[in-house]
Amino acid sequence: MRAALTILLKDLRQQFRDTTLLTFGLALPLGLAFLLTLTLGGNEKQQFIGRYAVAGGAAFTEQVLRPMAERGYITLRELPGWDAGAALVDKGEVDAVFVVPPDGRTGTLEVIGNVDAAIAVDVARGLAQSYATELRTTGLAVAVAMQGRDADAGELARLAQAAPTPVALDTSTPVLRKQLDPATYHAAGMAVFFLFFGAVVSAAGIFAERAGGTLVRLIAAPIPRWSIVAGKSVGGVVTGIVTMTVLIATSGLLLGARWGDPLGVAALVAATVLAVCGITTVVASFARTAEQASNWVSIVATVLGVFGGALFPIAQVGLLPYLGYVTPHRWFLSGLAELAGGGTASAVVSPVLVLLAIAVVTGGVAVHRSGRMLRVTGGVA
Amino acid sequence: MPVLEVDNITKLYGESVAVDTLSFTIDQGETYGLLGPNGAGKTTAISMIVGVLDRDAGQVRVGGRPHSPADRRSKALIGYVPQDLALYHDISARENLRFFTKLYGMSRAAAAREIERVLEAVGLADRADDAVRTYSGGMARRLNIAIGLLHRPKLLILDEPTVGVDPQSRNAILASVRELAGEGVAILYTTHYMEEAERLCDRIGILDGGRLRAEGTRRELVGLVGEHDQVVFKVEGDPAHAVPVLEAAPGVGRVQRVEGEDGEVVAFVADARAAMTELMAAVAAGGVAVRSVEVREPDLEAVFLHLTGRALRD
Ligand SMILES: Nc1ncnc2c1ncn2[C@@H]1O[C@H](COP(=O)(O)OP(=O)(O)O)[C@@H](O)[C@H]1O
Ligand SMILES: [Mg+2]
Repeated sequence: MRAALTILLKDLRQQFRDTTLLTFGLALPLGLAFLLTLTLGGNEKQQFIGRYAVAGGAAFTEQVLRPMAERGYITLRELPGWDAGAALVDKGEVDAVFVVPPDGRTGTLEVIGNVDAAIAVDVARGLAQSYATELRTTGLAVAVAMQGRDADAGELARLAQAAPTPVALDTSTPVLRKQLDPATYHAAGMAVFFLFFGAVVSAAGIFAERAGGTLVRLIAAPIPRWSIVAGKSVGGVVTGIVTMTVLIATSGLLLGARWGDPLGVAALVAATVLAVCGITTVVASFARTAEQASNWVSIVATVLGVFGGALFPIAQVGLLPYLGYVTPHRWFLSGLAELAGGGTASAVVSPVLVLLAIAVVTGGVAVHRSGRMLRVTGGVA
Repeated sequence: MPVLEVDNITKLYGESVAVDTLSFTIDQGETYGLLGPNGAGKTTAISMIVGVLDRDAGQVRVGGRPHSPADRRSKALIGYVPQDLALYHDISARENLRFFTKLYGMSRAAAAREIERVLEAVGLADRADDAVRTYSGGMARRLNIAIGLLHRPKLLILDEPTVGVDPQSRNAILASVRELAGEGVAILYTTHYMEEAERLCDRIGILDGGRLRAEGTRRELVGLVGEHDQVVFKVEGDPAHAVPVLEAAPGVGRVQRVEGEDGEVVAFVADARAAMTELMAAVAAGGVAVRSVEVREPDLEAVFLHLTGRALRD
């Protein structure tokens, strides 16, 4: 254990000295997330217009929705019931439908959202939630939901507060797909995508030791062989968690990304890093040189990134969503969407479990193959 | 009890045998040289002895203990200096050394002390905090050796440590190896430089094609060839006159005039040092005017040629 730690600390010191980690772990993902937010998600400058419909619930409509419609932030249609709303959402004629309980006070407030209108659904959920929850939290939620969208957040908050009756918000409606705002989405996607490049530095560390001639010294030293592999793997996990944490913090500050419940985010990050390190190590174990390992990992990272929707949202195209289920990206992003939708840590239990399962399986394969990686015959000349 | 016992170790690469049933032992304070040309199997043999390469057959005992890659106690007795530089180039010499003191489980105090000692020993104390990247080839080689000395091993294994090194660094390296042997460290030293093996080693094994062709002290090896010391006389006047005089001297096997050389006559004797007094007395008595005398001992080059039919360096 001590030997593994010694190797780990040495690696961290080396990686800190050369700039690969800073480049791949931080500068590139942040830069690209920023660019993508500007180009793909760049509707910040327009005035927000959500196309909403409402069924039932006079108080909510009058106090919250009507004033927004009058100010031109949204369009509003009033419907007789749930069925009509769902049909309109399906046809894409409205972005979200509010289904308010008959007396407008007790019962379940539902939001049916159109998956193609992420922001509008986001805002709708924000409105419903702020109406549903208590006074102090409502102000905050609406303010956050409307940030950067040219709306008068303070005014919205005041409107929402006008009817603070506790109503439960039902988020289980199947049509409703939780979505991340563009800044968070791209920052998260880039973070996972580049996680592979950080992880391969550690996973290929054995090859680097071999090419540098130092592997024989490590093997000759009176330490167990597994500690060499352990030092490398733990190094990948530690650097991965550190870069993700820094990315999340900086993207929150610089790009306005909203990540949600910290505990849930931490669990997702840890599980994702483990899964990515496992995949990377398995890929690297088939390579012969550090260069080959990073080439292969780049390919795998790109393919998984596309299928997992980390590079651009592909959730609606053909078979791709199903392929996405084998990628850590998809589970990470959907977990984050749960959190962004107001979920707590318990909402991400299943994505975390899936990610951990990926980590366990790939980690097992990697351990199985570690003996091969430690063989030095190739380096004896 | 020998510090190192190597018993019939063998390594196969496919059809070809890189090391073929190699056996030898090294005692405390003894310096043993494995002399052989490139590709002879020196590195392969050493890698198996150190335990970084699996053996296909044979045994290795270090300090009386069977040595295997998993045996951490016998590993701790060995200091290993690989042929290829085994250093981290982005960090300083001191950081390299500190890293290895930790791998060898040395206490903080012992580590600090030994790091200063080896830096001093290889003459790197003044550059210890510079990144290894900025070192000359000779400095990097010396650091490579320093790492092997850190934990005061009982057995020091050096694989061609002077290849590509400037003469000054080479002399420094040879001097420190000799000093360590003086302190009782058993040393296994591989080289393809005949002069190094002759200067440094108490016993020498001649390795070729993975097999140990001969083994012994320099004198024993030279004796194998059946060749003799040569005493070369440069004489005034006609060298033919000196031939019968030398032939009559005691202990002289054969006398030969050297073709082309002006006035040179060579007397072959078993042991030049022992025969010298009588030889000088004989030429004086025979009235031969000697301008100079030179003793040439046959070298390992000749031994290698004799054993393998090839030159050591080609
Ligand atoms: N990994 C390897 N695969 C195949 N052959 C090898 C390998 N390593 C060394 N050899 C062969 O084994 C022989 C001995 O090599 P080596 O031990 O490096 O010699 P030396 O150190 O004396 O120069 C050479 O013929 C070399 O080509
Ligand atoms: Mg060699």
